[in-house]
Amino acid sequence: MKTQIIEKLKAISRQKKYPDGTDYNSISLEGIPSLAKSFKVDNRKIEIIALEKGIVPERYARNMKTFSPEDQANLLKSQVSIVGLGGLGGTVSEILARTGIGTLNLIDGDRFEASNLNRQFLCNYETMGKYKTESAVKRIQEINASITVRRYDEYLDDKNSDTVICPSDVIVDCLDNIKTRFTLENASKKAGSPLVSAAVAGLSGHVTTIFPEDPGLKLIYGRPDDLKSKGAETSLGCLSSAVSVLAAFETAEVIKIILNRGSLLRNKLLIIDLLDNITEVLNLQ
Amino acid sequence: MMMHVTLKLFATLSRFTPDSADSYPIAPGTTVKHLLEKLDVPEDDVRLIFINGIKGCLTSTLTDGDRLGIFPPVGGG
Repeated sequence: MKTQIIEKLKAISRQKKYPDGTDYNSISLEGIPSLAKSFKVDNRKIEIIALEKGIVPERYARNMKTFSPEDQANLLKSQVSIVGLGGLGGTVSEILARTGIGTLNLIDGDRFEASNLNRQFLCNYETMGKYKTESAVKRIQEINASITVRRYDEYLDDKNSDTVICPSDVIVDCLDNIKTRFTLENASKKAGSPLVSAAVAGLSGHVTTIFPEDPGLKLIYGRPDDLKSKGAETSLGCLSSAVSVLAAFETAEVIKIILNRGSLLRNKLLIIDLLDNITEVLNLQ
Repeated sequence: MMMHVTLKLFATLSRFTPDSADSYPIAPGTTVKHLLEKLDVPEDDVRLIFINGIKGCLTSTLTDGDRLGIFPPVGGG
């Protein structure tokens, strides 16, 4: 069947030009579901076969050259778990869906309320009172039908972490309190998965990447037993600009981990302060 | 001889920032703990200490030209 799919892909692909004038073979947005339907496979399979043959689904055309078609296929074969679907998680899920991560697991037991409107892109009049995961699934499906989305409408805790957190190419910490971040770090280590973690207060915040063998959050927060659950955000709130910047940094880490490229923030902390235009990478060890 | 350090207090700690934060005078032998006491920064609110981009601690001794950054615990999203 794969040969037939490839033949059909070649037949319906069209030569186009990138903005720099170089040629590529493109398969249209409509071409993917049409082939998927006729061969009774999912959209993602068609996209992966196309990319492996150097045919670029048009929706990923502006990812190309920064990513190769093989890179894009690898992203489509990847699975990322996003824990927390508020300010950080809503933006992270949007960026990863557009980037073309193949499977997204969404974990959050919370529902939207009015105080989320200042920064949580999935929160609006229509979604008020609904599960954050429900809105995220809908949004992701509106953006990219090739993505498999699984939702868990549960708050992460010590009791459910083994079942809710499954081995993933990357797990993204988009939580809103310090205590649960340690629960997630333990679960990620158990799952053998790298964790990207960001936290915000006001116009400041930080982001880091933790592999299972790394010391991790204790380098940032100290011993979990000594901590209050919430930090400076209780008095400063969370501003949309800082949340969005840190979410973007998280997604860049996710992509670099999957593609094994660039410099990761392992044992390092990228700090931002948008009030004074500070970004700096600090050594934690 | 007086030395000077650059101070950056993040998030909730920014309210303790002195006017001369860009060139804050300290005596030789001053530790981070001494400096934070002088600025009335509550020790419980200090989570991350960075000196010249590398993690330090309350007992780290500051030297002339050091860049000191202090973060409270931050956990929002």
